[in-house]
Amino acid sequence: MRRALPHVAMLCWGVVTAFPLLWAVLSSFKTDQQILTDPWSLPTDPQFGNWARAWGEANIGRYLLNSLIVVGGALVLTMLLGSLVAYALARYEFLGNRLIYYVFVSAMFFPVFLALVPLFFVVRQLGLLDTYQGLILVYAAYAVPFTVFFLHSFFRTLPSEVAEAAFLDGCSHGAVFFRVMLPMARPGLVAVGIFNFLGLWNQYLLPMVLNTDPDRYVLVQGLANLSVSQGYRSDWSGLFAGLTIAMLPVLIAYVAFQRHIRAGMTAGAVK
Amino acid sequence: MKHGRFRFLVGALLPALVLHGVFVLSPYAQAFYLSLTDWTGVAGEANFVGAGNFARLGGDSLFLDAVRNNAVMLAVVPLVTIALGLFLASMLHLGGKDGRRPIAGAKGYQIVYFFPQLLSLVMIAVLWMFVYNPNTGLLNGALRAVGLDGLARSWLAEPSLALPAVMAVLVWSSVGFYMVLFSAAIDAIPRELYEAALLDGANNWAMFRRVTLPLVRDTVQVAFVYLGIGALDGFAVAQIMTVGPGGPDGATEVMGLTLWRTAFTFGKFGYASAMGVALFFAALTLAVLALRAGRKERIELA
Repeated sequence: MRRALPHVAMLCWGVVTAFPLLWAVLSSFKTDQQILTDPWSLPTDPQFGNWARAWGEANIGRYLLNSLIVVGGALVLTMLLGSLVAYALARYEFLGNRLIYYVFVSAMFFPVFLALVPLFFVVRQLGLLDTYQGLILVYAAYAVPFTVFFLHSFFRTLPSEVAEAAFLDGCSHGAVFFRVMLPMARPGLVAVGIFNFLGLWNQYLLPMVLNTDPDRYVLVQGLANLSVSQGYRSDWSGLFAGLTIAMLPVLIAYVAFQRHIRAGMTAGAVK
Repeated sequence: MKHGRFRFLVGALLPALVLHGVFVLSPYAQAFYLSLTDWTGVAGEANFVGAGNFARLGGDSLFLDAVRNNAVMLAVVPLVTIALGLFLASMLHLGGKDGRRPIAGAKGYQIVYFFPQLLSLVMIAVLWMFVYNPNTGLLNGALRAVGLDGLARSWLAEPSLALPAVMAVLVWSSVGFYMVLFSAAIDAIPRELYEAALLDGANNWAMFRRVTLPLVRDTVQVAFVYLGIGALDGFAVAQIMTVGPGGPDGATEVMGLTLWRTAFTFGKFGYASAMGVALFFAALTLAVLALRAGRKERIELA
């Protein structure tokens, strides 16, 4: 009895966690009629048409592509700028070093809601509303501070002998960074990269304000929009299919990299 | 060499500084100024109204609803999440002959528990909208299946149930992550401490109170800050899941939602900025309180 208690507790929360997710996946294979009359039954003959409808008619495929473009671009820009700044501040001494560090890092303590209104007008003034470029630049701007904060301490812990040897061999500062230090910082880059990817992939507030053209909706926007509009068309099965398609890339990535992801996310939190 | 160093530093820092200045620093600075004006979005037509917007906030019943709801979320969500997370993390460590090792299948549990943390709150909100659906939802379906038809409700339509329903979603989405975090903290506690406690005749509860809890305190504190910031937000879940959104009758209104609507539906940008400033000071107070609580004595492990 005493030995069983932990397992009972763990199983209970496991069911609470997994059940709604499995239910959504199963419902995506049912007809609307089955969903309405019997939410608990298993799908009798799988309705793959739901998935096709969600992908095509409901534009989930398009939104997925938008998300990939925006998040991919923003992630590359964030990692490049963030690691350059973190490295320059961690390994070079110059006047204003501390000041620049705090200028970046203090931004982490401001809620994005505070910036929302002026940000909208800044982006509008630059003619970047409803564009991929605008969203990429803003995403990167808000992801750089944490990246700098995380990688700054990481670059500090790296030994300097290798870099010194490279300098003696005639490497330029840029070459030392890209060819020597960046490869050495790989574990830190992976951790913060995963953290940034998830944060950007799941970003909802910024696109809600800066990206209101339905053709350029990112995945979460499209899904939210679908869940509102399905109230009129009551295409339940299509919405379940859309939700499942949206969850699938995350699930696949998690199964493949789950140890890295858990390590990266928890390291990000205790930093 | 000197010259190359300067050029490298400029090249490394300048692009990021420009991006930061344009999209982060300048909006934050402008927000404080705008909060003192009655700006409605027309260039050059912002009148200075001093603290007028803030005085208006005090009498804005919708905003006060939002403040109250965020305060309730702040009081409930972190506490419940951390309690559940700690409970599950210690259950996970009640295995082995001495009852001090991870139980069988601990890895598998962690994998499943962690998954919701990876999903966007948008997806979670859409999912739970279905779960709470009064006719076809999973929750009422489950209640009916076990004969508790009387307990089936319109979870998101009843004013007294809507906010708890939203908070349950926030707890559901983060318990697993904090369980994994606390579990890692427990793994880092030296085993000798538990062995000594065991020799002294401590039971599980005493070991949790006297050994585990004091040694995971720092992690718990970090969790409080993160969950607190999340509880001050709640925008995505409220905006997608609730009727209105923010209803019924302001029962699930949150500050972010009021701000967003005030700015981008009603075009009252000055007034919305004042809400942003209020939100900023709420977050700042939270952070300062958490830091001060952390200044108490630390336990050093030699």
